[in-house]
Amino acid sequence: MGFNREAIIAGVYEHPTRWAPDKTMFQIHAESARGALDDAGLSIKDVDAYFTSGVGPIGVLSMAEHLNLQPRYLDSTSIGGSSFVAHVTHAAAAIAAGLCEVALITYGSTASSERFAVGTGGAFAGDPPDHFEAPFGPTVLGSYALVAQRHMHEFGTTAAQLAEIAVTIRRHAGLNPVAKFRDPITVEDVLASRVVSSPLHLLDCCIITDGGGAIVVTSATRARDLKKAPVYVLGGSEACCHTSMGKRDLTDMAAKQSGPRAMAMAGVAHADIDMCMIYDSFTITVLETLENLGFCKKGEGGAFVQDGRIGLGGALPINTDGGGLSSNHPGMRGIFLVIEATKQLRGECGPRQVKDCDIALCHGTGGTLGLRHSGATLVLGRS
Amino acid sequence: MADERKYKKPLPRIDEESKGFWEACQRHELYVQQCGACGARRHYPRALCPSCLSEDTRWVLSSGRGTVYTYTVTYQNQSPGFRDALPYVLAYVELEEGVRLLTNIVGCAPEDVRIGMPVEVTFEDVTPDVTLPKFRPIS
Repeated sequence: MGFNREAIIAGVYEHPTRWAPDKTMFQIHAESARGALDDAGLSIKDVDAYFTSGVGPIGVLSMAEHLNLQPRYLDSTSIGGSSFVAHVTHAAAAIAAGLCEVALITYGSTASSERFAVGTGGAFAGDPPDHFEAPFGPTVLGSYALVAQRHMHEFGTTAAQLAEIAVTIRRHAGLNPVAKFRDPITVEDVLASRVVSSPLHLLDCCIITDGGGAIVVTSATRARDLKKAPVYVLGGSEACCHTSMGKRDLTDMAAKQSGPRAMAMAGVAHADIDMCMIYDSFTITVLETLENLGFCKKGEGGAFVQDGRIGLGGALPINTDGGGLSSNHPGMRGIFLVIEATKQLRGECGPRQVKDCDIALCHGTGGTLGLRHSGATLVLGRS
Repeated sequence: MADERKYKKPLPRIDEESKGFWEACQRHELYVQQCGACGARRHYPRALCPSCLSEDTRWVLSSGRGTVYTYTVTYQNQSPGFRDALPYVLAYVELEEGVRLLTNIVGCAPEDVRIGMPVEVTFEDVTPDVTLPKFRPIS
């Protein structure tokens, strides 16, 4: 089982914009594609596989047209904000199987300039389970709040412990010149911010921005002629969690299934992982993900995130770019997890560089944590 | 009975798989499905048992009693209907029959809701065709 180091990440690009009323969503995709292909030293004509999500039911075709691509492999896996993490695993599998050689993954969004209420708009998909939920008013934020409340009840996790996550990630954002919010905050600031859906405060929640990014995945053979040192795709796995016929334990996440599988495929243990990029839609998402990935026992997440452990210089730095809590969150953040992890493994992160970063783990959560969500784990390495 | 034209919150689609549940709610009865083949109980209702794919479906009348499994007091929701009803309590209630359902806790101050609180169903006739099962504290 595994990719046998046959697939590598050759190029990444994070669009620097956080507010782009002068651009279309498709334009942000295209600008991001250009950036990642430049980074790899490849041309758009080299692309023979295309992956995207968040562009409408068959929007992958519209995007392929917009970029005038003729791919032999198409993937529009749409499992929420984690989709782009899954795309990397899928691209690696397709490359290892010989179905394609240069995979382009793009993302773009103008959520902020279009004033889209990502977390509090009360979206209603209209599938069978939605009809038993939407009439009662679950916001995206509310569904995560349900989980936070249960976690506090079962394990005594405190609002101050959740706040510590937001404070740490804001500190990292201060080291990222393109992060949207860079001024330091304190635990007291988080606790003093208004409660949006109890027990979550405003500063427990990700921000809303415009933005985009792109990734180029190719074969290890092809990588020998490219600009940058390769970052190897060592392992990847997905899972989903839903209400399970009305019996789900809300402290269980999809990460509990996808994490161990991805790590086994990569042949790595927790102690081997130098940094993590954890989807931080909300502070509770980070805390539960760390528990479900097995970095600590269930219920011990509150203590785990204290004392600088998850900050730069700590035992397990996370979200060194400032995350969705402070850097950018255009609605689907998965692609940025992979971009930052790749830059860390290449040693390109300047003041926020993790020392001797050999192995990085990305975990994306998509959908709504308390209703239905996906998990996509990816393990990357520089050798 | 609320005026349908003024009711702005989303309404459930009542279809072949779900009408047994919603029609019972109109009679102010709450039902949980149970598989006739393997015995597994489920919510929300659907035609086939996900545990064994049998279509032998029984309906179990719920006592209407349960406890709050978790909840959140919602202070912000921009969507029509809800923005006029803030704050409101969204909750999972665990029924005595062993399944959890998403609902609202009503009939008490939002800040008085607690996990583990005993609650009972109360039916809200929101339109002539739709009745929603909500829950209130058992006094």
